[in-house]
Amino acid sequence: MHRVVVAAALVVGLLSILVARFYNLQVTHYTDYVTRSDRNRVHVLPVPPTRGLIYDRNNVLLADNRPSYTLSIIKERARDIETTISVLRELVPISDADVEKFRKRLRQRRRPFEAVPLRYRLTEEEIARLAVNEYRLQGVEVEAQLVRHYPHGELFAHSIGYVGRINDRELAAFDEEEYGRYSGTHTIGKVGLEKQYENLLLGDVGNQNVETNARGRVLRVLERTDPIPGKNLQLFLDIYLQQVAFEALGERRGAVVAIEVQTGGVLALVSTPSYDPNLFVTGISFKDYRELNESLDLPLFNRSLQGQYPAASTVKPMLGLAALHHKVIDTDYKVRDPGYYQLKGDDRLYRDWKKRGHGRRVDLLQAIAESCDTFYYDVAYKMGIDVMSPFGRHFGLGSRTGIDVPNERRGIWPSREWKRRARGLPWFPGDSLNMGIGQGDVLVTPLQLAVMTQTLATRGQRSRPRLVQAVGNRPQEVQTVGKIDVNEEHWDYIYDAMEEVVHGRRGTAQRIRRGASYRMAGKTGTAQVVGIAQDEKYDSEKLAERQRDHALFIGFAPAEAPRIAVAVVVENAEHGSSAAAPIARKMFDAYLVPQEVGSGSPEDSYRPLRRSIGDVATANSELGRHEL
Amino acid sequence: MSSQDFLRRMPEASHALRKPVGIWQRLHIDLPLLVMLLVLTAYGLVVLYSASGENGHYIKRQSVFFVIAYFAMFITAQIKMQVLQRWAPWFYGGGVLLLVLVIFFGTGAKGAQRWLSVGGFRFQPSEVLKLAVPIAVAAYLARRLLPPGLKHVFVVLVLIGVPTVLIMRQPDLGTSLLIAASGLIVLFFAGLRWRYIGGAFAAVLMAAWPMWQFVLRDYQKQRILTLLSPEADKLGAGWNIIQSKTAIGSGGVDGKGWLQGTQSQLDFLPESHTDFIIAVLAEEFGLTGVLMLLALYILVIGRGLIIGLRAQDTFSRLLAGGITLTFFVYVFVNIGMVTGLLPVVGVPLPLVSHGGTSIVTLMTGFGMLMAISTERRRLTI
Repeated sequence: MHRVVVAAALVVGLLSILVARFYNLQVTHYTDYVTRSDRNRVHVLPVPPTRGLIYDRNNVLLADNRPSYTLSIIKERARDIETTISVLRELVPISDADVEKFRKRLRQRRRPFEAVPLRYRLTEEEIARLAVNEYRLQGVEVEAQLVRHYPHGELFAHSIGYVGRINDRELAAFDEEEYGRYSGTHTIGKVGLEKQYENLLLGDVGNQNVETNARGRVLRVLERTDPIPGKNLQLFLDIYLQQVAFEALGERRGAVVAIEVQTGGVLALVSTPSYDPNLFVTGISFKDYRELNESLDLPLFNRSLQGQYPAASTVKPMLGLAALHHKVIDTDYKVRDPGYYQLKGDDRLYRDWKKRGHGRRVDLLQAIAESCDTFYYDVAYKMGIDVMSPFGRHFGLGSRTGIDVPNERRGIWPSREWKRRARGLPWFPGDSLNMGIGQGDVLVTPLQLAVMTQTLATRGQRSRPRLVQAVGNRPQEVQTVGKIDVNEEHWDYIYDAMEEVVHGRRGTAQRIRRGASYRMAGKTGTAQVVGIAQDEKYDSEKLAERQRDHALFIGFAPAEAPRIAVAVVVENAEHGSSAAAPIARKMFDAYLVPQEVGSGSPEDSYRPLRRSIGDVATANSELGRHEL
Repeated sequence: MSSQDFLRRMPEASHALRKPVGIWQRLHIDLPLLVMLLVLTAYGLVVLYSASGENGHYIKRQSVFFVIAYFAMFITAQIKMQVLQRWAPWFYGGGVLLLVLVIFFGTGAKGAQRWLSVGGFRFQPSEVLKLAVPIAVAAYLARRLLPPGLKHVFVVLVLIGVPTVLIMRQPDLGTSLLIAASGLIVLFFAGLRWRYIGGAFAAVLMAAWPMWQFVLRDYQKQRILTLLSPEADKLGAGWNIIQSKTAIGSGGVDGKGWLQGTQSQLDFLPESHTDFIIAVLAEEFGLTGVLMLLALYILVIGRGLIIGLRAQDTFSRLLAGGITLTFFVYVFVNIGMVTGLLPVVGVPLPLVSHGGTSIVTLMTGFGMLMAISTERRRLTI
């Protein structure tokens, strides 16, 4: 009896301890545990903003975001990475390269619980197979992401560039705020406009409070702050001109830059060969990269703003203007050209490209039209470096143009000081002679040539070349860099000479005038790649293809009221007149002559593209181009 | 002494008056106990439905177990206590033999060998001992002069010790301690002298250090350490305790509502449908729901003690007390573990956790209580 009572007391006593315990947990510490339970299930997830789109001037989409399904693993949640990968490999095709890249990403610095991608672009069927096996795949996620896509592939690789995965170095360089901004974003602009306008294109990250289960699977969204999408960019680039230039260059290595004369807007920026930027977006394979990187044609190299070439005769109109402006010569000044030029007290012969010379009385107009070197040796000698150097700088030579694409090169437009610094030598008169025909130390990028041409076409009003016309709906202002004051008569004279190049009887580019409904002004150039010894004759057949001369052409049209300025460089194509000038003509036509859809124009091959641009674009361009 | 009073009142009375026998009496069913058990199991099913993630499959299985268990209870209730007492040595001997067989032919997982497999049917012999030990101890002591002398206490300790050590070696510390407890409880009801009890406590305290050093396995020590500071290993061993305490605490007084517990529904709570099921109940029904469950348990235990009080003979009295208090020990150990008062040992919450063998064993025990309860009613006092 007594023992039963003791037992009952024991039961009541121990149960009281339990009740006290529950009271302690559920009443005394209630708030603590509610907080804990909420922290368990509620997580803040970043919502990545949509990257801004990029359009050409006709509203043709050039950079797009497409949904893509990515298979990723969250290391912290996966039981064992190796088994998880081998299970996944049974379900969907995953190449060794994918696994290798995955491991590389896994080793990189990353946020805890960040999903590390293993395979991109899953098909519907693969997603279904993964979904069925979900229960076996702890820590595995199939994420729908918007992935950058460049519908026109290699056509804009050197202007728009591409985005790629944020790498270690970039991540390490982020400050606190950027770290937050990129919390939901895996890619960053690497090259081209994508890099230059990264800040605007990115947008602002949003976030959402989500309820997850113990395995981290999101079950529902409790609260959401929407991200702010990145700003769209509208470019000056015209897909049609871009395509004309691209196809005109064809298999050759070269660059074409076209600039809208009034605004400095870049209409075309082409460098060939090119590459498909889409390869880089989700991580390029080692093999593809090696192929691009090791190609002798350097497809990754942006010739339009990084290629540095001797300017050759393309600088002659500008130097002629310098000579007139500084009254070194007047328009009646004439030079006898025996086919070479000689400095007093110097044995060396400075040869003209025409072995027997251009005649006894060559004036500036003829010197430009026929590209007479002897005339320019003489004038350059008379002007000297102290006239040529600052005058060329007004036209943007030897300095960066300030285009809104990163990594342009500055070229070389020599000065006394430059020579002392770079070569440790004083300036010799012979240097001036070489500079007078754009050779020697002179190096220019195709973009600089285009800017120089645009400056010529505006009578000295140089503007900063730009690709972006409007950010969002806000048009960007035209930025003029400087104005050079030169007598109107001198301008007119130089224009006449440049027109003579194309339309004159003996103009070097006379072949391109056929069938043109407008007048053009231009200048050819042929840049030596290898030095030729005094007694040697240049023999193109003997030289290896890559040592042949580069063909150059600059020009603007219409000559009387210029609207487009073009610079063309074709590597190792020998003659500016035959290889480069016809490309410029095609650009002029494409910009100035309204293209009728299906009208049997010579550019039949562009028709499908023209149609795809859509009615609005066609209407726009026709409106614009009929003004002529 | 009260035990002497008890002996004096031991009814020799086969001459007692007979009362009219009711239907329940004839079926050997103790109606109040049956009603309590039905309410308890129904409550358990409601909680299990939520704890298993609204899985009908678990409910079906559990219901089948309950049907089997109630059937086992009903059959057991028909057994006469004298018969049970006579068979006790065989029952006990068979159980120990099975434990020995486990050593040689047992199967198991995670470094423990606990199961016997006979023709595709697996069972744990230790379950048999949960009943066999208190029956054997009660049967042994019922024939002795109570309170038991030192010699008999020693025999009882051997009876308890053999299966306890065998099960501990499987290893299954939790079950072995519960079985030891069930035997000791009977010894306690037999009137074990307080000085023995005091001496035993002192001995246990002194033995604690060598136990820790030489007997406990690493994972067993780990459990005890985890209990002392669960925060030390948040994702490992401490996870269970942290999550169950969070589930219970966040339930508050009123709970989050049935099927609304975030801890249990979102899988933060491990073992939610088995050992940790009370955390689900506490989270979803709050303190109110917990008190209801504890009230049901206290009613069942109270009824069991009353049956023991009114028991016909010493064997029945000891056995009833032993079964009832063992049931309480299960309840206390499980809840103590889930609330973080005791180390994590694999003990299900009686009649609520999912799992067949434990339910069948428990209900067989209640069958014995019913047998004891209804046997009494043939006699009038």
